[in-house]
This record gives sequence, C-alpha cells and structure tokens, in this order.
Amino acid sequence: MRREPPRRAADYAPLVFPALMLLVFFVVPFGTMVAVSFFRRQPGGFYTPDFVLGNYERFLSPFFGNVLAFSLALATLAAICAVALAFPFTYLLTRRPRRVQTRWLIGLLSLLSLSEVIIGFAWSTLFSRTAGITNLLVALGLMSQPRALLPSFGAVLTGMVYQALPYAVLVLYPALVRLDPTLIEAARTLGAHPARAFFNVVVPALRSTIVAALIMVFVFELGSYLLPQILGRPQHWTLSVLITDQAIYQSNMPFAAAMALFLVLLSLALVGLTLLIGRKEGAA
Amino acid sequence: MSTRLLQRLFFGAITLFLAAPIVIVAGVSLNERQTLAFPPQGLSWSWYAEIFSDPGWRGALLASLALATLSAALATAIALPLAWFLWRRYAPWANIFRLLGVAPFVLPPVITALGLLSFWVTAGGYGQPWTAVISHAIFFVTLPLVTLTLGLDAIDRSLIEAASTMGADDRTVLRTVVFPLILPNLVCGYAFAFVLSLNEYIVAYMTIGFTLETLPIKIFNALRYGYTPTMASVSIFFIAISALVFTLVARWGDLPRLLGALPSDEH
Amino acid sequence: MTGLVLRDISKRFGATTVVDQVQLTVPEGGFVCLLGPSGCGKTTLLRMIAGLEAPSTGAVWLDGEDITAVPTHQRNLGMVFQSLALFPHLSVGENIAYPLRIRGRSRAEQARRTEELLNLIHLPGFGDRPVAKLSGGQRQRVAIARALALSPRLFLLDEPLSALDAKLREAMQVELRQLQQRLGITTIVVTHDQREAMTMADLVVVMGEGRIRQVAAPIEIYRHPADAFVADFIGSTNLIELQLDANGRAWAFGCALPGLLAQGPGRATLSIRPEDLQLTAPGDGAPVGRVSFVRDLGATIETFVEVGGKVLVAVTTPRARAQAQPGDAVGVVLPPENCVVLAS
Repeated sequence: MRREPPRRAADYAPLVFPALMLLVFFVVPFGTMVAVSFFRRQPGGFYTPDFVLGNYERFLSPFFGNVLAFSLALATLAAICAVALAFPFTYLLTRRPRRVQTRWLIGLLSLLSLSEVIIGFAWSTLFSRTAGITNLLVALGLMSQPRALLPSFGAVLTGMVYQALPYAVLVLYPALVRLDPTLIEAARTLGAHPARAFFNVVVPALRSTIVAALIMVFVFELGSYLLPQILGRPQHWTLSVLITDQAIYQSNMPFAAAMALFLVLLSLALVGLTLLIGRKEGAA
Repeated sequence: MSTRLLQRLFFGAITLFLAAPIVIVAGVSLNERQTLAFPPQGLSWSWYAEIFSDPGWRGALLASLALATLSAALATAIALPLAWFLWRRYAPWANIFRLLGVAPFVLPPVITALGLLSFWVTAGGYGQPWTAVISHAIFFVTLPLVTLTLGLDAIDRSLIEAASTMGADDRTVLRTVVFPLILPNLVCGYAFAFVLSLNEYIVAYMTIGFTLETLPIKIFNALRYGYTPTMASVSIFFIAISALVFTLVARWGDLPRLLGALPSDEH
Repeated sequence: MTGLVLRDISKRFGATTVVDQVQLTVPEGGFVCLLGPSGCGKTTLLRMIAGLEAPSTGAVWLDGEDITAVPTHQRNLGMVFQSLALFPHLSVGENIAYPLRIRGRSRAEQARRTEELLNLIHLPGFGDRPVAKLSGGQRQRVAIARALALSPRLFLLDEPLSALDAKLREAMQVELRQLQQRLGITTIVVTHDQREAMTMADLVVVMGEGRIRQVAAPIEIYRHPADAFVADFIGSTNLIELQLDANGRAWAFGCALPGLLAQGPGRATLSIRPEDLQLTAPGDGAPVGRVSFVRDLGATIETFVEVGGKVLVAVTTPRARAQAQPGDAVGVVLPPENCVVLAS
C-alpha cells in the first residue's frame, strides 16, 4: 500500500460522498449568501435578484459604524482579558502531572462545549438581584442592598471572557505543553526570581503564540450572538446580533448577507494572519 | 515560598471564576419554589424530574438527542472517507475539501447559519427536521476530520508494509490494521460532534427554530418568556453529559495528546 | 533453477539512480548479506525483492518464476523491518499468528504454530503479553517469529539488529545464523556493519553507489578485495600508490618493492592490512618513515608511521616485536604475499 496519486476511477470513490456533501451544503449556501448580498430588497420582506451595492453602502451609515466599532472593541477587549488570564493559567497547568492535566482538560472541554445560552443564563443568575453575588456581598457586609448587575456592559464583557477562557486555554495548550522546562530552570540558575523568569523568558519566547491566540480568540468572540442579548442592552448588541436581527425580524436578507460577508472576509483575513505568523515562527 | 502561594491563589481564583456559575446554577436548580433564588430555599429534585415529565422539556430533550446522534453520525460519515482518501492517496488538490470542512467551524457561527438559512429557503425544505441534521453535520464535520487525520498520520507506514509482506491485500490491511488503530479517533470525533451539537443554538435556531425546539432553543425562550428552575436543571444535566462523554474519551484515548501534547511515557 | 535471481535491476527516483544494473544470484538456502555504507542502495534493492518498490528496469526471478509484477502480498515472503513494525494493538501471540489468521487458518492451527514459534525463539508462554512490555531483544525475536510463521520461501531482514546495544547485537547475530541453518531458509540481510556480515553470511554482496562491487564469501572479500572501495570498507587497510615500470616492477615511495609484479607501465593502488605491514630498522632499501603516534590498546598495539606524506598503520600484538616510540625512524616492509594490487 504505497502513497501514490489516484489512477483508476475507482480510486476516487471515497472522495465522492464528502465532496458532494460539502459542495452542495456549504459552498452553495455560501454562494447563495454572496449572491443575496447584492440583491435588491423589496418592501414587505422579499428581495429580487439584482446587482446593487446599496446594501454595502449602508455600511457607511453612522448606525452601522457604531455597531461595528462596538463589536470590534468588545471582541478586542474580551480577547485581551481572556488571553491575559489564560496564559499564566495554562502555563501553570502544563507544569502539573499528566493525569491532573487530563482531569482539567475534561473540565475545560465540558465548559467549552457549553451552550452560549446556558452560559448566558448562568451569568444572568449570578448578576441577578435575588440569586446573585450581590447577595453574598450584602451578607459579608460590603453592600447594603442586593442589586441587579445586568443588563450592563460589564456583564456582557464578563460573560464573553468566561466563554472564551476555556477556548483560549485550549489554543495555548499545544505550545505551552511543549515548552522546554529547562528554559525557566536556566533562568533561575542565573539568579532570576520565578515570576521574573516567567515574564522575561517564557512570555517573549512565546510571543507569536500569544499573538496567534489573541487573533483566534478575537475571531471566536466576533461570533458571540446570545450573550450580548441576554446580558446587555440593545446598545450592547454586536454585529452577529444585528445580522440575525436584520435577517429574521427586519426581513432584510440582502443587508444581513452583506454584513455577514463582511464578517467572513474580516475573519478570513485574521485567520490567514494567524497562519502567517505560525509559518514565520516555524521557519525561524 | 510566596511565589508558590501566589501561584496557588491565582490558580484558585481562576478555578473559582470558572466554577462559580456552575455552582450557582446547580443551587438554583434545587430550589423548591419556582423562583430564582440562591442559596436555595428548600431543596427539591423536582426540577430534574421535570425534564422528563414535562412534555415540553422532554420533547426538546429528545429532539436535541436525536439531532446530536444523527448529525454526529453524518459528520463522521463525511469525514471518514475524506480523511482516508487524503492519507491513502497523493492528491494535494484534494486538500481544498479539508479547508471546506474546517471553514464553517472557524468562522463566526452566524455566517454558516445565515448561509444555510438562505439555502434552505431557496432550495425548499425549510423548517424540516432533517435540514437541521444536515446543517449540523456540515457545521461539525471538522471535528471527526481532525481527529481522524491525527490518527491516520500517527500510523507507522512500516506497519502497513509489514502486513502486506505477510500476505494482506489492501482491503485486509484496512480491516485488520488501519481500522483498529483509528477506532479511538473515530469515537472521539463522534463524541466531540455529539456534545457540540447538543449545545448548539444558532444554526439549529435558524434552520428549524420555528418548527421544533431543541433544548438550547427552549432555554432561550424560557429566559425571555418565563423563568423556571428547569432551565437550571437542564443546564446541569447538559454539563454532566458533556463531562461524562469527555471522561469516556479520556479513558479510551490519550486526551492531552489529542489536544496537542507530545506522546509521553508516563501513564 | 531455484533460488533468487536478479537480472539488470535498476531503480531511478527522478534524475537520481539509486540502484544501477544489479545482477545477483542467491542460491537456495543461502545466507546473503547486502553490505555497504548508507545511501548505497542496499535497502532499496531489498525492497524491490519484497515488491515494496517496483524496479525501473530489470526482473526478479524466484524458483524459476518471474515475480517482478507479482504484488507483495502474493510473494510468500517473511520480512523483518528496521523498526520491527510489531502491531501495537495486538498481543505477542496475535502478532505471530497474524499471517495465519488473515489466510483463514483455524484457531487450533494458529495456536499450535504460535506455540511452536515461541519455543523456537526461546520465549515460551509469552503469547498473551502486550508488545509494549517487551525488551528490545524480545521484540526483535517476535518480529522474526512473525516473519517465519508461514514458512516463507524468502526471509528478508532490513538492518534488523541496528536498534540493539552492542552486546545483544553480537548474541543475536549468532542466534540468527543458527536459526537460519536449522530452517534452511533462503535469507537476505541488509546491514552496514561489516562485522555482522562477516559473522552471519555465506555470501557477502558489497554495494557502493548503487552498484555491486564484489560478491564473495566473507573471508575472500577480506583477503582479496576487488577494488579500493571494498578494501577500505571491509576492515581497515593501508592504501598505497604504486608506480609500475615497463618490466612490471612496482615502486612505492621511490623504492622498489621486491617480489611484486603487475601489469605495467602505469599506476595502481596497493592494499595491505595493518596486521600484515611490518616495521624494521631503517636500511635494506625499504621505504623509511617516522613514527608519529602509538596507540596501545592492551590486546594490540597500533603504530602510525608517516611515509612520503602518507600515514600508514601497523598493528601487532605486544609480544610480537620491540615497540617503536614516536619520533623513531623505521623501515616499512610490504611482504608481497600480503599485498593486493588494485586497479587505480
């Protein structure tokens, strides 16, 4: 069984089903969406096949500009917080024995697969007046009265950081678990305090890993759809929410499609950037 | 020793941050009355029973389980021949399909959901349950694809050659050597897709949200229209399922290795 | 005609020729070593015999039958790979029984044959052990047993002992030889270790740069190497440039070498083993050199002598003669019966 190029027609057989499924159910829908983004919207919620740039021109409106700016800022902030917390955490995790790591990985994977709905619900409970952490603070005497902490920007940010944290850990894991432990040891024999060794040796060595993780988490956060709705006010809604809103409630598919396409291009550009960084690091 | 303490504190703080919502939700799920209260006033398991006794929640649970079981199977069925083909044959052009498999997963979910929505509206079948199965399968195909690719790449080619010197033709090699070796990866990929499908909201909502309720959809609706502790008990139930599935995966395979660690000698 | 015959076998990968016009006959029941430095094409040649690579030109004949186009799984061979390739998902017994299982032999027969083989390799009762729990030497033996399970016509081994430590390797060389003699199976071993080849083989095939340089019994290769490459690869040797005059007399380092005649005039290379090179007091018309280094290894003494810009090595046992010291002038004697004249 040698690895050769396919020769007979039968050699291509395994590829038929997957290729068909992916072409029909991914490429075609995607293409449909691209096409729809150029269609003309009719009042009443329909749209006719056309080629207008009107949907893209709406990008230039202040309303859209605000939402876009907010989405990007929120995603950036959440990504920075998540990676800043995840990096030392993952580092400490990878220094533990393998069995302990496995247990933690099970927990993190379980949290990661947790529905955005459930996370939203959990934090809305935590921030609520009747069952939230303010009750604890009142019991400790730090506050006079329990208060609802949502809807608010802080609540949305917390929820998004919470959602991104396991993801950030898993993105950082491969690089940190393979980190040479003798790097830190060498620094310590040269007189560096462990914390100092961490900041002066580990962080710079993994600079591109951190940047790549930031980008990956940023793209992940762009996809956040439910948390802004559950934990925030309409002014906190992100691009993803707007897209769905336009598509379903405002019946403006062309505009929604145009925004979605914009989001795709942005994400692809960023993912491409991540791969480029990874390649440069590998070549170095 | 103060750095040690600081490390412990930091680790503990993050652990607390990660665990707190779960703990609160667990507490809320045990509350006797139908109110949102923590600490729970009076303990009762009734909200867990409600998942199975209330027709609305039970229906949603069954819908979620059915969707997850079928879509994970379909995703695996798409991934297996693709991974096999890319490993067995030298065909660089076929990697485009690998890219197509990864794309829906890496991009923000709303995009894939929207694309599939417009597709089903145009092609017909919008709202039918099987559209959700296909949609989820495409969305999650990258998971079994990655685990299977890892498994196949790890097979030492000299094992294949040795088998053929002992008289095994291609079919026999596949059956007796390759398949047993990638079985853990197959199961792992299926498990990942299953768990993620259970929890997935937006694609399910956009494709069948108006006709059928899966559990995440029902929870969201409950959040908007009426609170019930069953939401909390369902959440805990889901976490338990996920943890169980991943524990089984860890028992059967090397979880750190699947997530990027190098193979180790420690067991 | 029985046995293995290779006719005009060549293998090209793109512009590189890895195996070049090889002709070889391996008698039935013989033990042949393909010997050469890494990159000489010996492994590729073995793989072509196994059918894992297809030759670019030429044919492979086994027992009078052209098997060039026959796929590997129909050639009825047993092969041991350098990495051993034991199936990690099967136990020792299951590994050994694998060839029988895939041919649909009965459970009883599989069990019987497995036990027989486990006894043959001195690992009785190991049937249920997982492969991962075996030592290197034990794994080696299991790989051998598995290859022999169906009593194949041809037994091929690719650098089988390279992963073992020195002492174990020596023991396994002897064991392999004894096993082969007992079973009488045609065996081809690829190795880069000439000691291994000398220990095990009836016939040594020395390869260099894709071509066969010499095929002969081990001691024949040592005593009468066909060319400078073989002389240098097998054991260590001194290679000296000769000038041949019109009468066929040989001159080295400006001195005539008595008793040595070759086809002249022209140039040639002389090979003489260190244990045959003799050192005397200077004089008598022999080339004179200076001792540059002496290495006393206990059982032998190596003396390095600089003559005419070249360093020669002489090896003796301590009792054989008085030891020369670095800086001494010595005469270098090349007894003609120990010299091999090679084409230049």
